[in-house]
Amino acid sequence: MRKMLAAVSRVLSGVSQKPASRVLVASRNFANDATFEIKKCDLHRLEEGPPVTTVLTREDGLKYYRTMQTVRRMELKADQLYKQKIIRGFCHLCDGQEACCVGLEAGINPTDHLITAYRAHGFTFTRGLSVREILAELTGRRGGCAKGKGGSMHMYAKNFYGGNGIVGAQGQIFEAYNMAALWKLPCIFICENNRYGMGTSVERAAASTDYYKRGDFIPGLRVDGMDILCVREATRFAAAYCRSGKGPILMELQTYRYHGHSMSDPGVSYRTREEIQEVRSKSDPIMLLKDRMVNSNLASVEELKEIDVEVRKEIEDAAQFATADPEPPLEELGYHIYCSDPPFEVRGANQWIKFKSIS
Amino acid sequence: MAAVAGLVRRPLEQVSGLLLRRRFHRTAPAALQVTVREAINQGMDEELERDEKVFLLGEEVAQYDGAYKVSRGLWKKYGDKRIIDTPISEMGFAGIAVGAAMAGLRPICEFMTFNFSMQAIDQVINSAAKTYYMSGGLQSVPIVFRGPNGASAGVAAQHSQCFAAWYGHCPGLKVVSPWSSEDAKGLIKSAIRDNNPVVVLENELMYGVPFELPAEAQSKDFLIPIGKAKIERQGTHITIVSHSRPVGHCLEAATVLSKEGIECEVINMRTIRPMDIETIEASVMKTNHLITVEGGWPQFGVGAEICARIMEGPAFNFLDAPAVRVTGADVPMPYAKILEDNSVPQVKDIIFAIKKTLNI
Repeated sequence: MRKMLAAVSRVLSGVSQKPASRVLVASRNFANDATFEIKKCDLHRLEEGPPVTTVLTREDGLKYYRTMQTVRRMELKADQLYKQKIIRGFCHLCDGQEACCVGLEAGINPTDHLITAYRAHGFTFTRGLSVREILAELTGRRGGCAKGKGGSMHMYAKNFYGGNGIVGAQGQIFEAYNMAALWKLPCIFICENNRYGMGTSVERAAASTDYYKRGDFIPGLRVDGMDILCVREATRFAAAYCRSGKGPILMELQTYRYHGHSMSDPGVSYRTREEIQEVRSKSDPIMLLKDRMVNSNLASVEELKEIDVEVRKEIEDAAQFATADPEPPLEELGYHIYCSDPPFEVRGANQWIKFKSIS
Repeated sequence: MAAVAGLVRRPLEQVSGLLLRRRFHRTAPAALQVTVREAINQGMDEELERDEKVFLLGEEVAQYDGAYKVSRGLWKKYGDKRIIDTPISEMGFAGIAVGAAMAGLRPICEFMTFNFSMQAIDQVINSAAKTYYMSGGLQSVPIVFRGPNGASAGVAAQHSQCFAAWYGHCPGLKVVSPWSSEDAKGLIKSAIRDNNPVVVLENELMYGVPFELPAEAQSKDFLIPIGKAKIERQGTHITIVSHSRPVGHCLEAATVLSKEGIECEVINMRTIRPMDIETIEASVMKTNHLITVEGGWPQFGVGAEICARIMEGPAFNFLDAPAVRVTGADVPMPYAKILEDNSVPQVKDIIFAIKKTLNI
């Protein structure tokens, strides 16, 4: 039967110029959706948590797969460009953590507001910017989302407040917890717990590593951050909690980064290669979604492979653009210091060098 | 035998330096090629050994050997009690360090970059700098705050700020800014031995740069006095005052101009506060022309202070032209290479400023 179908498809593809796999696919029946069990979240000050089963539609599954694969490939391309010295400075990659940004976005609305730290490329994409704009920002070109002026850690979009370079501020987070709870602000505090703060394991840096409990009077969830469906359900739950006026909530996503802290960190002086390999082989978020979809007949292996090919091409094209696009013009060095102000002059390296500044 | 042991102990770059020394021994005094990173490492090592009250704390300083490897080997040698990894918590650990200093220890508090010191600046200024004064001379705070300052390469706006002017503004603080390996070693040792809070503004781009360390700088008691500038190059036509990495650019500019018959006197400030204005004044009274060169922003900067003080002192009447400042551009540091290159003082900007001042 399969051979006959293949033969038929070869003929048809010649006639209709459709790729063979597409024709093959059209003749299969996929399920529209499937129900999956997901890990129960650990709860802090909550009677009930997110559901332990969820329904994934074929359409959503394909969308999540494509998005996670895009983030993965984009980060790996950034690694390559960094090693070629086309990307400079700091570059903090999130490969391994794709389920976090994609799952989060799946649980909120585009009109919600999001802010994060420097490991931000994935969020920049899920918040709506294109791979082209992101890679061109990494390479410091005028087509970058911040016109080349921000770089890796300073990317912004509508309802996305970056991309921020300075972190740590443990005291500040408790100040934020206090005010959010006091004023019942609809705020989800999320900790992407990837087990290490730069080169220091959480055990060496935190008196309590139960981050989801550290909001104290703020309820919290601990979530399997490698399972995109778990992240999605937890986010839906947390968002609903906030929107109902109950105040802030905390989510700890247990996740893992394959790369070191940044491109200057090989990432193996404070953890073993075996550990990294184990996570990759047992908990890779893209692999987990793929296995689920294939095993429940939501998609075929070939179909997902085709998405891989398309994603690869998209990233290649974006990288081409990011490498070929010219740098921002020197005349614009002084632009965008102030907002809504009339133009003024900016001093350069000495009093005779002047740049124009417009808002 | 000791020399062989020394050879084995030291990293590769130093070994080759030692081997070279053997050959040059008969013609020149013994000097050693040492990078700024190694010099700071040596300085801290020697002071840790000399005084058990000295200790180092900061992010990644122990088991990671330092984010920029400046504290390499120290944790292995001195252990958990003297070399302490902190959580990412600047306000917290700076406060702990100040408290330790008040109680009689001699902490070296590392900020991974001085940009992060803004998270802790209340501790540096209000808890450390002002306390001896506020207590009427009762409570001293013998602490060193050190780390890389100023622009690096491609690290963008939040990681490129120069804090020389901000810290230099505050009475009660001492602020030093080494350029060479000799500077780095002598100043870190003096800073650790000083009973006052000292801010040591290092430079990430200088860490890997080797310098010849003269014989006297190799001694364990080698100190560079805080508050004294050094004339790196003698000249007669114009005085160039600078600190940190731009000192190298000034020397480059001086070399270029020397071919045109212009001899620049290049002063390496070494200390921002207390400023050695006397050395600058004496030079200006000789050359009659002055430019200042710094990486920080122009407004309220180090150069602005130098110009103001020159006007207040005897050297003003010796100026044949207004003093000129060469600085970073007055913008948050952009990421794109072409913009970044034009946001820091380049050799060509220094040469241009010199010629303008000399009316050439």
